[in-house]
Amino acid sequence: MSPRAAWRLESLGFAEVCDYVEGKLDWLAAGLPTEGTNAQRPRAGDVARRDVPTCRLDEPIAEVRERVEAAGWDACVVVNEERVVLGLLRVQELGRGQEERVERIMRPGPSTFRPHVSIEELAHHMLHHDLPSSPITTGDGRLVGLLRTEDAARAVHGAHEGVDEGVGS
Amino acid sequence: MREVRRSEVQELMNKGAQVAEILGPEEFQEDHLPGAINLPLRKVETDAESKLDPNRPVIVYCWDSA
Repeated sequence: MSPRAAWRLESLGFAEVCDYVEGKLDWLAAGLPTEGTNAQRPRAGDVARRDVPTCRLDEPIAEVRERVEAAGWDACVVVNEERVVLGLLRVQELGRGQEERVERIMRPGPSTFRPHVSIEELAHHMLHHDLPSSPITTGDGRLVGLLRTEDAARAVHGAHEGVDEGVGS
Repeated sequence: MREVRRSEVQELMNKGAQVAEILGPEEFQEDHLPGAINLPLRKVETDAESKLDPNRPVIVYCWDSA
């Protein structure tokens, strides 16, 4: 629709008209701020932990495990130099091996979700599929953070009680 | 008319460009870009000149490229 509107505006005499072709979905998927009734409701990107440890494909798993444990985490997201998510290490993977490289042990291609997804919807999905955590990424696959089911459930509970728990660390 | 990507949208918005969402009012009320006005496609003919300044840049958008 937007190209038609843009062309029509130009024909009406508007001097400079730009069409943001990728539109609102692209904006939301990048986790950028919006206005409107949904803007006050917590979304996946608000609750995802941005301090989740990350590692590269070629790191030895033992080194990653040490770093992740020192940071008090039990999960690590495998990313490339562009922070595009390539894999996920949960407790089971972190506990395996010593010298093996991450790429031999990680869960490849984990399901990811966009930052604008309602936290209620995603919490339900994660509980239903028994997912302890899910990476939140932009539309082009870049890591925003890791959403833990416990954080999602707490945010839903807080939203239902109308309490601002200051989610989004 | 020219197509722009997200980064340029942000630059233009910072420079004061006008932003118009072409979707209907219900979708607009739920979520819209900061500072955007609602200008549904069928209202462009009748409302554009009263809602927008024709001498300033305008960015239009809908849901996605489909």
